[in-house]
Amino acid sequence: MAYKDPITGVETTGHVWDDDLQEFNNPLPRWWLWAFYGTVIFALIYWTIYPAWPIGKSYTKGIMNDITYTTRSGEYTTHWNTRALLQKEMVSGEMALIQKKELEKVKGMSYADIAKDADTQAFVQSFGKGIFGDYCAACHQTGGVGVIGAYPNLSDDAWLWGGTTKDIENTIRHGRLGFMPSYKDTLSEEKINEVANYVLSLSGEKSDPVLAAKGKEIFQGNEGGCYACHTTEAKGMKEQGSANLTDQIWTIADVKGVDSAEAKLNAVKSVITNGVTRRMPAWGERLKDTEIKVLTAYISSFGAGQ
Amino acid sequence: MLKHESIETNAGLLIILTLVAIGIGGLVEIVPLFYIDGTIEKVQTADGKDAVRPYTPLEQRGRDIYIREGCYTCHSQMIRPFRDEALRYGHYSLAAESQYDHPFQWGSMRRGPDLARVGGKYSNGWHVKHLNNPRDVVPTSIMPSYPWLLKNDLAYGDIKDRMIALKKVGVPYSLTQLEYDANVKKFGEEVAKMLDINNADANLLAQAQEKNTDGDPSRVTEMEALVAYLQVLGTMVDFKAHDEHEFIQFR
Repeated sequence: MAYKDPITGVETTGHVWDDDLQEFNNPLPRWWLWAFYGTVIFALIYWTIYPAWPIGKSYTKGIMNDITYTTRSGEYTTHWNTRALLQKEMVSGEMALIQKKELEKVKGMSYADIAKDADTQAFVQSFGKGIFGDYCAACHQTGGVGVIGAYPNLSDDAWLWGGTTKDIENTIRHGRLGFMPSYKDTLSEEKINEVANYVLSLSGEKSDPVLAAKGKEIFQGNEGGCYACHTTEAKGMKEQGSANLTDQIWTIADVKGVDSAEAKLNAVKSVITNGVTRRMPAWGERLKDTEIKVLTAYISSFGAGQ
Repeated sequence: MLKHESIETNAGLLIILTLVAIGIGGLVEIVPLFYIDGTIEKVQTADGKDAVRPYTPLEQRGRDIYIREGCYTCHSQMIRPFRDEALRYGHYSLAAESQYDHPFQWGSMRRGPDLARVGGKYSNGWHVKHLNNPRDVVPTSIMPSYPWLLKNDLAYGDIKDRMIALKKVGVPYSLTQLEYDANVKKFGEEVAKMLDINNADANLLAQAQEKNTDGDPSRVTEMEALVAYLQVLGTMVDFKAHDEHEFIQFR
């Protein structure tokens, strides 16, 4: 039964609120209706081509949507799915092929050649920046400037574990465990003070010569035994990752970051008292060989490779 | 016969019928996944054990803290099968990898990076520093500081109850000898021991002390639990040992 609005003559839905409030029952606009039928047809086509309906323990796989992809074990063809699509893209996608070509090139080149070749260097800079940003920058910071006291600076020319490309590659692949024992139970506070004075004197920092002379005996003798790792010249050993104490670069005690002589002394004393344990994770399992090579070349390019 | 008018003028009925209509849409999408073969991939190690195991008591407590602190509001744990995600985060997440997660932490918002494969990526010491004050290691970080994690002792008096609750929703922690034996068969003896509810407290303590993430062996802090959890994320499946085809064929 059709209801009509007495004034306009337009058909209404028939129910009335608050005495005279009614709802017109105009037909849907044609364009809207056809768009709606269009979506229904789209759905039917979509259901046919793509995996769609569950049936028992399986589902309709769709038609004419085969993807052929290659893995380590061979070539396979399957119905459309995002995993196969990704595999295909990672192996033979346009970007993957460009990248692969560059990586193959890097693989066959020596580090010296990579540094010289502008194109390869440009690739190393862009690809290496990505890997470095994701895996290394969390500790070593953007640009490899490090955090004093925690994570070594990779952009200066001091390398605890060696700065040749071979050393850097080894460090990335196997990680490092940096360890200096704590001397708080071995040496008295007085003696730690003497050693700290000696350590400061090594790089020309202000120190008490009398205390430093006493400290030298402890450092170079069996009482402290510091020379065993830092060497008698105090230049450090890359096999141990022990720091060179004679240069102007401080990686743990923040001597350069504080002003007063007392604060500098305290910074060194704190390291001797508490020791150091630092671990860099091994990336050999996580990163591919070529990625490690690019990363090594990238880090070497910070201007401080040896 | 339901008429247009009777639904429209009856709010209660309108709500119920709206829920039914939406419910059908949801159920059609979700329910089939429970019985379609291969929704959860079978991933086994070389010696025939399940690669993905439930969390140890310490990791599970860490997971509780992860949820308590609302980490999921900014971090997802779901790497999607796209090239950009593969390059940044690693292998796409498998359904198998979150099969023991209740509730799952897939998330839908990334204010911070995805954490599905964060395990082993950074050192324990880095995590402690970072959680305590992110700006100490990432100057530009917008993540809040969580300094109380190092101060709070981990409450684990109710760890057994927590594991029993998870067992009720299908996580294979063991209470009886029979269940333990089944776990030995499924996961190997070493893992089965960690999943034994009867030894939960001892296992939790032993793992915390072995790792000693916070540098103080005399106590177990919330930090240690959370870091133990973060360090296991995404590490259970050794993707180098599998051919990609193994995972693709499940789709």
